[in-house]
This record gives sequence, C-alpha cells and structure tokens, in this order.
Amino acid sequence: MEEFVLLFRLDILTKEKQPSPELLQIYMKQYQDWIGGIAAQNKFVGGKGLSTEGRVCKFNNVVTDGPFAEIKESIAGYTIIRATDFDDAVKIASGCPILKGEGNSVEVRKVQNPK
Amino acid sequence: MKEGHLIPHLFRTEYRKIVSVLSKRFGFDQIEIAEDITSDTFLTATQTWGINGLPENPVAWLYNVAKNKAKNHLQRNTVFENKIAPELKNNSTTSQEPEIDLSPKNINDSQLQMMFAICHPSISPEAQIGLSLRILCGFGIEEIADAFLTNKETINKRLFRAKEKLRTEKIKIELPATTQIENRLETVLATIYLLFNEGYYSVSQNKTIRKELCLEAMRLCNMLVENNFTNRPSVNALLSLMCFHASRFEARFNKSGEAVLYDEQDTSLWNPDLISRGGYYLNCSANGNMISKYHLEAGIAYWSTQKPDTKEKWENVLQLYNRLLQIEYSPIAALNRTFALSKANGKEEAIQEAEKLNLTDNQFYFGLLGELYLNLDNKKSKEYFQKALALTKTETSRQAIQAKMAKI
Repeated sequence: MEEFVLLFRLDILTKEKQPSPELLQIYMKQYQDWIGGIAAQNKFVGGKGLSTEGRVCKFNNVVTDGPFAEIKESIAGYTIIRATDFDDAVKIASGCPILKGEGNSVEVRKVQNPK
Repeated sequence: MKEGHLIPHLFRTEYRKIVSVLSKRFGFDQIEIAEDITSDTFLTATQTWGINGLPENPVAWLYNVAKNKAKNHLQRNTVFENKIAPELKNNSTTSQEPEIDLSPKNINDSQLQMMFAICHPSISPEAQIGLSLRILCGFGIEEIADAFLTNKETINKRLFRAKEKLRTEKIKIELPATTQIENRLETVLATIYLLFNEGYYSVSQNKTIRKELCLEAMRLCNMLVENNFTNRPSVNALLSLMCFHASRFEARFNKSGEAVLYDEQDTSLWNPDLISRGGYYLNCSANGNMISKYHLEAGIAYWSTQKPDTKEKWENVLQLYNRLLQIEYSPIAALNRTFALSKANGKEEAIQEAEKLNLTDNQFYFGLLGELYLNLDNKKSKEYFQKALALTKTETSRQAIQAKMAKI
C-alpha cells in the first residue's frame, strides 16, 4: 500500500455558485458517505477541509489575498488515502461526490517516501 | 448476610481498597507484601469470626487488623534496616509510629492512583486487565482464569510478570501530571473498555462472571467520573457507552443461557434506568470540543436503545460509523457501517460498498452479504449464508444463520 494525496478543487469563491444551507447538508452527507466508504476499506489516512480565506506569498515579497487560483477553482480540502497503486487511487478518487459538479476536480498525487 | 457469604462479599469489596492503600504506603515495589498482608487479614477474619462470631462492624474490624499487620511489618522492617544500616539511625521517620490511613478519602485516592499505575503503557493490555481484575476489582485468581478461559497457573504467571515489569520500570502509584492526563487516560479507558467487552462478548459460559466484569468496568469508570481531575469528556462518553450496552444485559440471554439476537430481544427486559444514565453521561461528554471514539460509539449505542427502524436512526448511525472509521478502523465497524448504509441509502449501494471491504475470512462479512441480497437475489443470498455457515465457530451463530436460511 502506498499513500496518495487527493486535492479537491472547486469554486469556493463565486457567490452565486455556493450551495444553500439545505444543499450543503446534502453535499456533506455525500462527502461523509464517500469518506466513510474509504475508511471502511481501511484506506483512510487523514484529511481536512480548508477555509475560504488565504494569502499567497510570491517572489519579491509579493503577498496576494485569497487562495491561489489561476482558474476559478481553488483547493477546498485534501484527503490522504492508502491505495495499492495509482489506478486504485484514481478509482477511489473518481467516486468523490464533488465530481458531480462541472469544473470541479480531484488531483491525485502520490506521496514520495524517502528512500 | 450469613458469615459464609459475608467473607467472600467483603473480599470482593474491601480487598482492593486495603491493597491499594497499603501499596501506596509501601510503594509499588512491595505490592506483593501488601497483597500478602491483605490476604492474611482475611484469613485471620475467617478464623476469628468462625470462633467468636461476627464483630459488630466487620469492615472496621478488617481495617484495624490490616492496619496492625501493616504497622508490624513496617516496624520489623525498620528494626532490620537499622541493624544492618546504622547510619540511617538519624532518619527522623524511624522513631515515628507508622501511619496507615484507611479513611474513605485515602482509600478512594489510592485506588484511582493504583488504576493509573496498573494501566501503564509499559505492560500489555492483557496484563493490564488481569492486574485490574486482581488488584482493582478483588477477583480471585480462579475467577480471572475462568473469565479468560485459561488455568490458574497461566494467570499467576501473567500477573507475576506484569508486576515485575512495573517494578523494574519504577512505576509510581500516583496520578499523572496535568500535561499527561489525556495520554495516560487513553490507556486507562482502553483497559476499562476491554474489561467491559471481556464481559459483554466473552466466550465464557459463566453468565455471573460476565456480568460482574461489565459492572466492575463501569464502577472503575464511575470512579474516574467522580474525581474532578479525571472527569473528562471521553470518560463520560465511555461510561455512557457502557450504560447503553449494559441496559440490554438481561435481554441478551434466554433462560437456558443462549444468546438472543438484537432483533429478537424482549425490549421490556431492557433496563430503562441504565438507558437514562447513559443519556445523562452522553450529555456530560459533550462538555468540551474533543470528540473521541467513545463519543461516537456512545452515539451509536444510544441509537441501539431505540428499537424502531426509522430513517433518522439509520442516517445518524451511518454518519457516526463514517466518523468512527476515520478515527479507528476495525472490521466489525466496517461491516456495521455497511449495514447502516443499506438501511439509510438502500441495498444496491451497500452491496457495491460491501464488495470493496475485502474481509473474505470473516463470517460476518458473508452474513452481511447474505442479508443484503435477501429478497434481491435469493439464490446469491443463500450462497453467502452458506459461506458464513462454513466459517462459523459458535453454535449460537450457526443456529441464527440456519434460521435465516430456512426463511428464504
């Protein structure tokens, strides 16, 4: 088993795109059911959601406000999972409920272990 | 109470108190002397009471005799030490009358401190339970052997090794520092919960012992709740969880001692008092911002006390299992979560999830699949129950599976 980081990207800033409290509750259930399914396979390692605030520090002491986003979508959270290989990790990631929304994505990255 | 019943009863309630106080006074390295003096006290009681009849206050009598025996021991020791080490003669403690404090407060404090000494991460959980039963619960070696389905010799060896280890590690009988309390409590709670489960799920046929293990675990947890220093949210959560589970104790077995499955239990045998106590401690456990696995398990146990199959119940149970598994994976939690999923989100989704679990050496895994396919694909359902049957080790679950298959 190897560890993979899943990075969730979605539009967390555009006002009109944010779900109503009722819808948010449905999304949270879908997300928890998905994570619970990963944990039930003993493949959940850890993870956190991120708040919408952010600062980005750049070259030459430039600091910008807001989470880094060249595109509309920014990182909303991350989860670390255990998977047998990349294919397995991608299969797990593709069940993530945020993928039901257009423009959203889950980036799958393998954790590099020091040799 | 007749004398014949009184001494075993007093042994159970007083042995642990006297041993804790004496060990605290002598130091953990002399715990065996403390145990000897205490056992000796009970021997004296048996002999004296048999001849002279019961004293007016048997407990006070025991404390007095234990005190005198302990003082004699300390004085003998002092004389010995003074003879071989005369340079210690100036030590001011030697001329003092040794004090043995058997006040309710010191008894309580010593027992709590003893709990932390015994539930020390340096010895195995199994040894912690054994020592807890002996020293914190006053169980006889034979009863411990019975609970673990082994013989006295094995238990004696296990306890001896555990004490030896605590001695070499120089474990002190004291409460941990404030900065360490959460960490050390974790081990104490884990041992208490194991002790409870030993009783609740034990393979031992002795129902009396099983129930006593559960009650002892609850008593120890209650001691932690009653002390301001150790009264933490997770302690309340564990006590709540045990109250909820214990509420079904009388319904879990029929008159001939066979296990009764949850669905077939007579709810009028559920103990409403324990259910409401569970609710009380669950409320107390919400005092803080930390959620332990005991909080989640207590939440699940609460819903188990609600028999009706409501949408709300299963949605809550599912979410609690989702979170529990993120904190700590276990095959049984994974299976229960999948069952809750079938009730909350439907069988089709649960079957998909079940097939990812990879628990093909577990009878309950196949039992779950049999249950999920029931009325969807009865042929498959039967096949899975058949596989479960092949892996079953106990007569009770064999009968339960066969009963289910007969209904298909």
